[in-house]
Amino acid sequence: MQSIRSATRQGLRTVGASALAVAALVATLSAQGRGSRDGRNGVPEARDSMAASLTDPRVGLHSGFDDAGTASKNMKLVGHHAKPDLFDHAGGLTYANSDLAFKGNYVFQGNFSGFQIWDVANPTDPFIKTTYYCPTSQGDPSVWGNLLFISSESTGDRKDCKAGGVQNGADRMVGVRIFDISDIANPRVVANVQNCRGSHTHTLVQDPNDKNNLYVYISGTAGVRDSNELAGCVDRGDSANSARFRIEIIKVPLAHPDQAKVVAGARIFEGLRSNGPAHGNPPGDTLARGGRGGRGGRGGLPGQINLAQLPPTMVTPVIDSVVKARGGTGAPTAADSQATMQVLVTRFAGGGRGRGGGAPRDPNAGPNQCHDITVYPSAGLAGGACAGLGLLLDIRHPTEPVRLDFVGDTNFSFWHSATFSNDARKVVFTDEWGGGTAARCRAIDPLNWGGDAVFTIDNGKLTRHAYFKMPAAQTEQENCVAHNGSLVPIPGRDVMVQGWYQGGLDVFDFTDVNHPREIAYFDRGPIPNHPEKADSQSTGIVIGGFWCGYWYNGHIYASEIARGIDVFDLTPSEFLSQNEIDAAKLVHMDQFNPQDQPKIVWPAAFPVVKSYLDQLDRDNGLPQARREELWREIAGAEHASGAARSAALTKMATQLDQDAKGASDAERVKSMADAARDLAHASSGGSKAAKSGL
Amino acid sequence: MRESPPRVRHLCNAIAIVASCIVIHPAAAQSAPDYIAPDVQFMQGMIYHHAQAVAMADWAHTHGASQSVTLFCKKVALTQEGEIKLMQQWLLDRHLAAPDPLGYLHHDTAAMNMPGMSKGAMDMTGHMMPGMLTPDQMALLDASTGATFDRFFLTFMIQHHEGALGMVQALFDAGGGQQADLFAFANNVQADQSAEIRVMQGMLSAYTKE
Repeated sequence: MQSIRSATRQGLRTVGASALAVAALVATLSAQGRGSRDGRNGVPEARDSMAASLTDPRVGLHSGFDDAGTASKNMKLVGHHAKPDLFDHAGGLTYANSDLAFKGNYVFQGNFSGFQIWDVANPTDPFIKTTYYCPTSQGDPSVWGNLLFISSESTGDRKDCKAGGVQNGADRMVGVRIFDISDIANPRVVANVQNCRGSHTHTLVQDPNDKNNLYVYISGTAGVRDSNELAGCVDRGDSANSARFRIEIIKVPLAHPDQAKVVAGARIFEGLRSNGPAHGNPPGDTLARGGRGGRGGRGGLPGQINLAQLPPTMVTPVIDSVVKARGGTGAPTAADSQATMQVLVTRFAGGGRGRGGGAPRDPNAGPNQCHDITVYPSAGLAGGACAGLGLLLDIRHPTEPVRLDFVGDTNFSFWHSATFSNDARKVVFTDEWGGGTAARCRAIDPLNWGGDAVFTIDNGKLTRHAYFKMPAAQTEQENCVAHNGSLVPIPGRDVMVQGWYQGGLDVFDFTDVNHPREIAYFDRGPIPNHPEKADSQSTGIVIGGFWCGYWYNGHIYASEIARGIDVFDLTPSEFLSQNEIDAAKLVHMDQFNPQDQPKIVWPAAFPVVKSYLDQLDRDNGLPQARREELWREIAGAEHASGAARSAALTKMATQLDQDAKGASDAERVKSMADAARDLAHASSGGSKAAKSGL
Repeated sequence: MRESPPRVRHLCNAIAIVASCIVIHPAAAQSAPDYIAPDVQFMQGMIYHHAQAVAMADWAHTHGASQSVTLFCKKVALTQEGEIKLMQQWLLDRHLAAPDPLGYLHHDTAAMNMPGMSKGAMDMTGHMMPGMLTPDQMALLDASTGATFDRFFLTFMIQHHEGALGMVQALFDAGGGQQADLFAFANNVQADQSAEIRVMQGMLSAYTKE
């Protein structure tokens, strides 16, 4: 850096000693020279609540591909398989694994060079069923019945699935590839749906009033294709047909998926550009506009320019004209220096009405596309993570989504994805600062950058609460930032599992939106550079780690970019009981696309009832004597059967209704009463028992 | 290429799409370069572009920037330092010259092949990419403090970021950016810097709305 400063000072000569004596005011700041951001001058960054932990067991794990050091808490690796040979090339993104989708005993794993289908009938031993070669960045999959959807965004992706990139636009396939997987070992292309901006990710959406068609929201942040290559793609300007400022929607006739095509472009970004300060000013957001808190924005130090530092060719003509304008002669005065500074500021940084005002000069500079959209059809909502903004959408009419609210947050670099709580009263947005290929979990990377932010949803409006970030400092060699995850279906709690690339997997609880807490994790040491590269000057990251971690039918499945697929079980701890884990394992889905969030419904079962009581034990939500009594009543009911069990549970539920009135955690007591009542009904031969088979 | 040698134990084992395996096994694809000239020019040029941004952002500490601009600068510097290393690695992995204007690489690197490069002396005037600050603009920024620094910084960094967006557009217009890592990187630059322009415009409007 020093060299730049010297260079810019070249040519410094005397301009006018008296003027410079005034103008050469260089403020000395208390902050000056302190707290180099990376401590590379030997000055460590001050530790604070926004700093990652340096004492966590995850810190300092030794590197290795298959033999990396590991650290885990309250979860264990139960199944693993390396990539199939075809994709088994470490490093870079060319063969990177991407997202997951689930159907029955199959896990569909995307790859930048195709996709894989794993048979996980035995989750401890994933078995590769199909490997399909077809370079497709980034290859995010979704599955619906016998259809598999794959996102294609890279300008090098080809219709014929061959390598080598695209030299002729007619060969390009940018959009969503649709495969028929009715023969799981032989997927067959049924449609290549091309679109204007490609598909970085996509989201399947069902219309409750239209069972014959499936809809696909396409998200992508790439540039717009040339209209000569794909007709109808309009890039610049405010044209109503612009491919920007809209979500493209594909309609898939389920009886004729080969006829799938883009049918609509929902302009959910309308009006956002002219809204002025799109970025909110949430509490504690120290980077917010105006710098609330300390010295901020306009309220900072009075501005100065050290004219002596500037090349005389810049300064002399201005000073001369200032002196001349006042009809003066001789040496410039202090007032002349001030006037000179004002001229320079106006000339270079614009005046009040000049350039640099609030309105974007580039009409396309505003947010105009989403990175990812999570739909929650049962709540009629979608969370759009749209580059610089988080959007809440009403999707009750799937082809006409309506924007309900939007939020900005200057701690967020890139709004990446969204996960709703099961009651749709909360949503977790993630910030993929650095895009996933950079190390953003180092000790110097603040915990409110590149992590999650928890929002509440009230009457269609979003309010930001706490941030959560995987808290253990990672190395410079580990790409790490918040990435994809899903809910873990613990009744009565909001728990999410999430991949942090080489920062590992994290399971955290955001029931209390102001105090999210970690309850389990798994982490490996960095992937080393190749041995043959040991003498390379390469600075170091071999891209890897967990693209995502998702709960599916009792286990956590995680897509490791370089190492393959991993399967985990949660283990009981002070943060999570065996009953809660058992209750989560009762939730069954026939298929699961994490961006198409299903409503979790627990079957009537004892682990669900016991989960609530465990939680009341944990938060002291009922008097201890009463809780002990309830454990005895549950044991009695479990021991009984048929009508006796049903009667015991009904009695317990009725009493719980009364307990709720005076309880410190009334809502949980009511939930327990409802669960007991459901189980009483099921125990007497009700429909839920038949459905759940319990 | 970074991906070689493959960690392959049994080629084409368990591959359902046998035809793909035979006709276009990745090993065949790897024999040819996975980049074109505009890719290399983009990566080399963007290193200089980023280096200037890091240099500008580093001045926040020493030039009395406001807290909000200082925090923003910290993010810009962290982001673009990492991206410089990523670009250097991409180039080195392909045995291409990797400029090193900020001295991140160890000694004896391919960087020395870059014309106009001499270690320790960042002569960026020889590598003016779109949006980069002229020597006059850099001098003005360096000579300013406090609110004046904020205002110059925001104005100049918006210009700088817009230049980067133009470079990404030019890359794709030239048919480049098809390699997976480069595609992801170029898109990240486009997405991140578009969002940051918006943030900077918000901060700047506080100064110019009087």
